[in-house]
Amino acid sequence: MSFFATVGQFSAFAGLSVSHVFRGPFFPKNFSKQIVSIGYYSLPVVGLTTFFTGMVLALQSYTGFTRFNAESAIASVVALSITRELAPVLAGLMVAGRVGASIAAEIGTMRVTEQIDALRTLSVNPFKYLVVPRLIAGTLTLPILVLIGDLIGIMGGYIVSVHVLGFSAGSYLSQSWDVLQPIDVISGLAKAAVFGFIVTIMGCYHGFNSGRGAQGVGAATTNAVVTSSILILVFNYILTQVFFS
Amino acid sequence: MSEAGQPPKISMRNVKKSFGTKKVLNGIDLDVEKGESCVIIGGSGTGKSVTLKCVLGLIRPDSGSIKIDGSEVTEMDNDDRDEVMSKFGMLFQGGALFDSLPVWENVAFGLIHGRKMDREEAHEIALQKIEAVGMGRQVGSLYPAELSGGMQKRIGLARAIAGNPEIIFFDEPTTGLDPIMADVINDLIAKCVKDLGATALSITHDMASARKIADKITMIHEGKLIWTGSVKELDNSGNEYVDQFIHGRAEGPITKHANMA
Ligand SMILES: Nc1ncnc2c1ncn2[C@@H]1O[C@H](COP(=O)(O)OP(=O)(O)O)[C@@H](O)[C@H]1O
Ligand SMILES: [Mg+2]
Repeated sequence: MSFFATVGQFSAFAGLSVSHVFRGPFFPKNFSKQIVSIGYYSLPVVGLTTFFTGMVLALQSYTGFTRFNAESAIASVVALSITRELAPVLAGLMVAGRVGASIAAEIGTMRVTEQIDALRTLSVNPFKYLVVPRLIAGTLTLPILVLIGDLIGIMGGYIVSVHVLGFSAGSYLSQSWDVLQPIDVISGLAKAAVFGFIVTIMGCYHGFNSGRGAQGVGAATTNAVVTSSILILVFNYILTQVFFS
Repeated sequence: MSEAGQPPKISMRNVKKSFGTKKVLNGIDLDVEKGESCVIIGGSGTGKSVTLKCVLGLIRPDSGSIKIDGSEVTEMDNDDRDEVMSKFGMLFQGGALFDSLPVWENVAFGLIHGRKMDREEAHEIALQKIEAVGMGRQVGSLYPAELSGGMQKRIGLARAIAGNPEIIFFDEPTTGLDPIMADVINDLIAKCVKDLGATALSITHDMASARKIADKITMIHEGKLIWTGSVKELDNSGNEYVDQFIHGRAEGPITKHANMA
């Protein structure tokens, strides 16, 4: 299919999905299940990525800034890069790999085995039953994941700064606290919400339009991860421009 | 028109559907009267499932008219479509059971979510339907993946009849089953349709099954229905396509055309 036809088809899908967000009936059980599988089970991977990223940032900025005023620079570099850019982007990419893939595979399998058709013959709208709970869960839980990632990332920087480089614990914390403005954290959380939406809508879209057979589902899964990862990076740039220029 | 001027339960006129450049349905005309059991026979990939899905509204035909109880369904908006859907029950080719839900909830799904029935009540009805298709109540708490193919078909049947539908569709109900299990399913289908007084539209390429469940048989070939008649007429149809198909011969007009194409 041509690029423009695909964009058109996707826009129609996204528009229809969003319109169902505001019209019941809702499926609270599906929603809570998705909160757990998208949010809770992503905690370890998001925690680990931001933790090591915070640590490596502290180490790099020490070698980079050592001639200047390393002690205060490390805390600022870690706090700002983590909250503004790295926690949302890394969490988004990790969730794209973990959640986007599993959504596309699950919905794609349901498409291929006619379970989506079966929903419709039982008078249940598949957008309301499958898409809406995932969209809302993704959009709401990713900011929470990123907020936790912010804290863990800053803690990673703290551990390197205090226990590896031997700087003072108190000044690291006060420096972090002083340099951070509300907009730094809020912009990161807003990005996270957008990324959560991107990952879940891409997973649902590719699953819904999965080709036939195991091969179709495999392709849908790959496409969901690749397109949502690229869109996350594109929208990250756009949102940074919106917030900080 | 049948007795007392009632419109046919299902009426298709000149229904066409292509996928890309591939013409699958090329003008289907079919009437199924209330309470009648119609079976569409035909080779694999001839558009039997597509025909059924057009009637169900899962696939939108490119042109033509489909009427259920006399009202046109191809142009319906979603609310009216839901209303029509509630008259339908469908047994899918592969079962299409929801593998994330236990068996009883599969059967009760349309009652709970489509009809907003209380879960307890729906649970009880689901267990009764599971018994009606010849399985024990304890099966209700298993998951679809724990069932054999024949059991999955039976649960699919239980799900299709749970809402007491006016029209039931069966997509190759016996394909992939051993002959004995196939016969069990055929008996169940015949019994369920009779008990509900439902209209049935089935598709199959299993002739034993067709003979057992059909009042009327029609054969699809190259996107059109080329012959229609009763089960009795089947053996003396005078149609060489039908003859080749029901005797399962490799040589004949069906394969000759396929080779030329
Ligand atoms: N959603 C679809 N997209 C593209 N092609 C399809 C689709 N559904 C069916 N077809 C094609 O239409 C033809 C008829 O399919 P089907 O009705 O499933 O055959 P059968 O008679 O075996 O049930 C097949 O060639 C199939 O590849
Ligand atoms: Mg088929």
